[in-house]
Amino acid sequence: MATVAKSSLAVSTFAPVSARRLYIFGGIALIAVGMLFGDIFAVFILHQNAGQQGAALIDASRAVASRDAAAATAIFGRLGGLLEDRGTKVDAHVHMLDAGYLALLLALVQPYIALSQATKKAMAGLFVMAGVLLAIGIFLIHYVGLAYSPFVVIGWASVLADSSGALLILILMVQAWGFWKYLQNRELAEPELPAEDSMASRALLTGGTLLVLLGFLHGAYYAGSMLYQHEQMEPAVLQRMLGFASEGNLAAATGEVTNFGNLAGERAVNIAAHSHVIEFGLLAMLLSFVQPYVYLSDKWKRCWVKVLLGGSVILPVFVLLELKLGLLAGGIADVGGLMVVTGLIGMLVGIVRYSGHLDAAESAR
Amino acid sequence: MTASRKLLILGGMALAAAGMLYGLYYAVFVEHQTLDQMGGSLTRAFASAAERDSSGSQTALQAYASTKYDYVRQVDAHSHWIGLGMLMILLGALFGRVNFSEAVRQAIAISLLAGSAVFPLAVILQTYHHGAFVFKALAVVGPVLVIAGLTATASGFARQPTVAKEAR
Repeated sequence: MATVAKSSLAVSTFAPVSARRLYIFGGIALIAVGMLFGDIFAVFILHQNAGQQGAALIDASRAVASRDAAAATAIFGRLGGLLEDRGTKVDAHVHMLDAGYLALLLALVQPYIALSQATKKAMAGLFVMAGVLLAIGIFLIHYVGLAYSPFVVIGWASVLADSSGALLILILMVQAWGFWKYLQNRELAEPELPAEDSMASRALLTGGTLLVLLGFLHGAYYAGSMLYQHEQMEPAVLQRMLGFASEGNLAAATGEVTNFGNLAGERAVNIAAHSHVIEFGLLAMLLSFVQPYVYLSDKWKRCWVKVLLGGSVILPVFVLLELKLGLLAGGIADVGGLMVVTGLIGMLVGIVRYSGHLDAAESAR
Repeated sequence: MTASRKLLILGGMALAAAGMLYGLYYAVFVEHQTLDQMGGSLTRAFASAAERDSSGSQTALQAYASTKYDYVRQVDAHSHWIGLGMLMILLGALFGRVNFSEAVRQAIAISLLAGSAVFPLAVILQTYHHGAFVFKALAVVGPVLVIAGLTATASGFARQPTVAKEAR
């Protein structure tokens, strides 16, 4: 039997096409699509891009050895393109996820936003639209470049991304103004989200807090013990690479290219593990609030919570292990990411079922 | 709404907005130029080495390292302010479930918010004075405050409801 949030409170907090419903659907959809994009990027682009960067550096070392400054300069033009390709995809992934998290947060604080329902709904629609356009704009920066742009360094895709970012800021300011208005009269604009004391909610809340705490501890450890050391190592490795190339010792220069790649890899996996474990923790805490709207049996609710929390641990742990276990760990980390997406979509299906159930009951009256 | 919740929600919104405004300013006015400088310096380092100009190559490498030092910190400050802001808003919504007295919850909220504001600020200030001890120290104090606040919050979630219920 489905454990539906049948109380009038749960129903009244999830009205059809309300701001809260838009934020919850939009937020979960943005997060699921952002994660799926991140997984596709990790499998099909990330490692290949790193390999191409290494090859470009070896070519540049050869150009240095043969005293060909023009060739070295041309190779760095190619390398810049590779870095932009990688960077814009990472940024599109991260910004889509962050817009999703913010949407879920805004769903949570809607009772404290003293604005009319029409304004709130318009803001929610604009927010989801801006979140999508921001990610699309960032993704297109590499492909659109400066084509037809009247600016020196900013292309039309950047204009789209920056305008969408500005719109998100504006919406956040309107929400802050609504919150300020609430503080004047202290009257809730709508009922708070119903608190559900189920196993699924508690597991998400406790697990989420622990994940965030773990992420902070790992970030502090990395910053304290490795960050400055890595920052000093990078120019030193480049210096040695150039020195060997200038002496015509291409084998040693290639070895330094490998060292450079390993250093970049070590930094990347530590930062990725740190940011992913914290984001998954935030996501779990946010999802604990929407459990009353997940129209599934307790068994299935628990199943999706376990899948989501399991993936949230597997992904960062195996991202860290990539340095020792190589692509095997990378593959397992990707499976962890897919587990989080699967858990998220499972919950979204439950929320869609709840909406349908609610709307059908409403129209039958 | 209790003072601790108000502090976290308002403070979190302010941090998230500040992080976004800073990110927007950085993306529009600084980032593209910085990336060009970084790429240009690295290219010059290799081109100078190809011309066997070792001092020019060395200078370009130093410029690359210095620009990258700043770039990494600017991006980190932007993302950490927004991330910590979101965490503060979320904890503000949840703070009624932290089973401590309101005075303790206020102390935890102040620790969380102060750490979240100070940490990215110290990271940005490091770009103006590379390696300055005081900013490095502040960049350590910030996360310590957040970790301490978060540990207290987690223990407050786990604690049996006793004193906090009346003031949600």
